[in-house]
Amino acid sequence: MASISLRKVVKRYGTGPKANQVIHGVDAEIADGEFIVIVGPSGCGKSTLLRMVAGLEEISGGEIAIGPRVVNQVEPADRDIAMVFQNYALYPHMSVFDNMAYGLKIKKVPVDEIKARVDKAAKILELSQLLDRKPRALSGGQRQRVAMGRAIVRNPQVFLFDEPLSNLDAKLRAQTRLEIQKLHRELGVTSLFVTHDQVEAMTLAQRMIVMNGGRMEQIGTPEEVYARPASTFVAGFIGSPPMNLLKGRAEGTMFHVGGISLPLPAAAPRDGELILGLRPEHLDHWNASQGWPLTVEMIEMLGAERLVYGRLGSELFTLRIDATHVPPTVGETLMLELSAKHLHWFDAQSTQRV
Amino acid sequence: MIERRPALTLLSHLVLILGVLIVAFPLYITFVASTHTAQEIVQAPMPMTPGSHLLENYRDALLGSATGGNSKAPVGRMMWVSLMCALGIAIGKIAISLLSAFAIVYFRFPFKSFFFWAIFVTLMLPVEVRIGPTYQVVSDLKMLNSYAGLTIPLIASATATFLFRQFFMTVPDELVEAARIDGAGPMRFFKDVLLPLSSTSIAALFVIQFIYGWNQYLWPLLVTTEENMYPVVIGIKRMIAGGDAANEWNIVMATAMLAMIPPALVVILMQKWFVKGLVDAEK
Repeated sequence: MASISLRKVVKRYGTGPKANQVIHGVDAEIADGEFIVIVGPSGCGKSTLLRMVAGLEEISGGEIAIGPRVVNQVEPADRDIAMVFQNYALYPHMSVFDNMAYGLKIKKVPVDEIKARVDKAAKILELSQLLDRKPRALSGGQRQRVAMGRAIVRNPQVFLFDEPLSNLDAKLRAQTRLEIQKLHRELGVTSLFVTHDQVEAMTLAQRMIVMNGGRMEQIGTPEEVYARPASTFVAGFIGSPPMNLLKGRAEGTMFHVGGISLPLPAAAPRDGELILGLRPEHLDHWNASQGWPLTVEMIEMLGAERLVYGRLGSELFTLRIDATHVPPTVGETLMLELSAKHLHWFDAQSTQRV
Repeated sequence: MIERRPALTLLSHLVLILGVLIVAFPLYITFVASTHTAQEIVQAPMPMTPGSHLLENYRDALLGSATGGNSKAPVGRMMWVSLMCALGIAIGKIAISLLSAFAIVYFRFPFKSFFFWAIFVTLMLPVEVRIGPTYQVVSDLKMLNSYAGLTIPLIASATATFLFRQFFMTVPDELVEAARIDGAGPMRFFKDVLLPLSSTSIAALFVIQFIYGWNQYLWPLLVTTEENMYPVVIGIKRMIAGGDAANEWNIVMATAMLAMIPPALVVILMQKWFVKGLVDAEK
């Protein structure tokens, strides 16, 4: 097991003035045994970052260390890592056993030890009955487990997961998520897990890295990221439905937005152009006698809760209410009451938290 | 046709049977002719049922013990030469094109696109087009009347390279990456992953190239002048004298039948693989 250090990691495709930089200096220290989820929208560079740790992409700048050793020039096979691919990348002509044993065979591990290690991994993953099958005779979930088994038998310092759940159906995904968590608890191997799904990120991560446009927006525990998003991007990306973001002008305890003025429970951190963030679930009352006037435009029933879409002045606003309440009617104006602790403030230009 | 009408079924069967007859009838005549004596064949009308000289005709052909006037090279030897050439061409082509496709798809090297296009251009230059200069080269290298001379110029071709290139490009990149993480070097990856995955394509290509090699006519005609290096296709040609000389058609036909057997066998035995290789590549 080992820690991972990313120091000013840069990735560029091409050289010279035409070079296309996709990762702009990422810094992160990942502790031994930690489960880190890298999350972001497609094209944010999260997979590229993971592949640089794996050694499948060259590092254009900065350095990556696994344990005490800088691995910039080390071949993937010598980095002591194991990777689970999105499409699993199982060798189609080999049986499950051979798929799991291939890396060990190349390392010239003795035959009976290979057998012992594969059997052990197969037992953990409940694959023992399937060892003779070819990948094409397996279901998606089973293939996924074989891919994890191939990673486990190597006994690596680091596990790398590249969106391993995105080819599974919703139910299996939830189940596999739990299995991965359990596996991590048992094996305690440092893990990097890339996903675009914020639910996966929130549920699996001990700490998560939110990426956008090749930059790290925030690193922290899921609680921190949810409670104190570092930028409007993180605020909009984490949480479903996303945080309401209102761009307006603060003036003492008043906030001017969408053609109306809203009273604030406490003064804004400063006057001027600001973005106010408020999560749909963070309202004290939505049917108070006074407060922010929300005109209801649409209501969605989700089972345990309802999503109410409406407008504050001309600005869109989403509200989440318990399904046990009597729902508002479309066209009605609700009065929203809120407390200061739930307000998030971001700079209008830099979009960073203030 | 998915339509179920008896008249249409009848018609389509008629067309198919007619087609089979057109293809099969000459074969049948060849067979019948190979079972008669030379005198019986030249009578008009030619007999349409098998005669009684099957065994001796085939023995004469194989051993070259016929009594006629033309080339009497034993067909047994010719078949051997043909077999060696066909195998040499098929295996040589597959080996070379597998490796060159591997290089082109998986490696970055200087002038890669130049080499790619150099190979591509050879597609436009089959043996027939470059036959003069190729003959000069082979002759200067003293490869006339040798297996090398018969096979090497035919091995160099780009078709198979392209087939494998196309196939390799469909192999997912993740497989390469998984192999890299597993610690497999390039040749190990080639041997353990690419070769087994291309096995059906290799089989299909083997069938095609074997028949191509077996049926070569123009090139062996140029580079062989000695009887013991004749492939069987050339052998047939040499048995037929021009002008008014009497040909031993029974022996010629027996040789033709013999010449048909190995390619037919290859196709029949490898049919399953052949079709699989052309239709679906296991990925």
